[in-house]
Amino acid sequence: MTRLTRRYRFSASHRLHARELSEAENLALYGKCNNPHGHGHNYVLEVRVAGPVDEHGRVADRAALDRLVEGCVLGDFRHRNLNLDLPEFTSLVPTSENVALVIGRRLAANWRQAFPAPWPALDKIRVYETKRNVVEQ
Amino acid sequence: MLITRREEFSASHACLNPALGPEENRALYGEDSNPNGHGHNYVVEVSIEGDPDPVSGMVFDLKRLKALIRREVIEPFDHRFLNREVAPFDRVVPTTENIAREIWRRLEPELAAANARLHRVRLYETEDLYVDCFA
Repeated sequence: MTRLTRRYRFSASHRLHARELSEAENLALYGKCNNPHGHGHNYVLEVRVAGPVDEHGRVADRAALDRLVEGCVLGDFRHRNLNLDLPEFTSLVPTSENVALVIGRRLAANWRQAFPAPWPALDKIRVYETKRNVVEQ
Repeated sequence: MLITRREEFSASHACLNPALGPEENRALYGEDSNPNGHGHNYVVEVSIEGDPDPVSGMVFDLKRLKALIRREVIEPFDHRFLNREVAPFDRVVPTTENIAREIWRRLEPELAAANARLHRVRLYETEDLYVDCFA
């Protein structure tokens, strides 16, 4: 089994604010990330795929992977306000954890269309909100 | 515990399957199929797994690992056109996956003979694309 990891970038803004909590509780919980006007990050997304190396010497067709990630993630996330522009985050706080979950769901839902064969499999995704904060699933 | 040594080499390659025509190669490998080749600053990370030796405190002697990687990989690969100058890439398409596998093949026997367990060869073609090879 060989793995291939591809790194992508998108810039987006978000605000961490839980509807279930009061203004004061949100401020205490999320601090500066609760700023009502939002703030932005240069996110880095790593998509790792796994599988056997095929007869062409590849685990995955990079162009197909790039098209998939562009089509179901980057095109919607790039230069957007995650809270306002993406339907998933009307009810979900766009923490890095939830951003990773949403990206994972979008990739999984479209995976078979991009890769109809049993391989490659989606193996892991990582979302870097900054160089210092990373979540993976 | 894993111990990892990082080395770099600069090389050119072309992803071309000689059994396929130019159109098919272009469809398969895109810009990588330019027959004249193009280059990368490859970064290779070699990870060895084991417990630190109770006397030396080391999983493996990094000087020895560095010398092995330099001899088997960096010296033959650095500043070369892989397809034309480095076997087996005259007949094996030098995709990142195949280069990583070849690096594994070149390093593993000597490490095994020294009782070191090669865990992973990670090869970065660019900082945005890397392959992990485990066998």
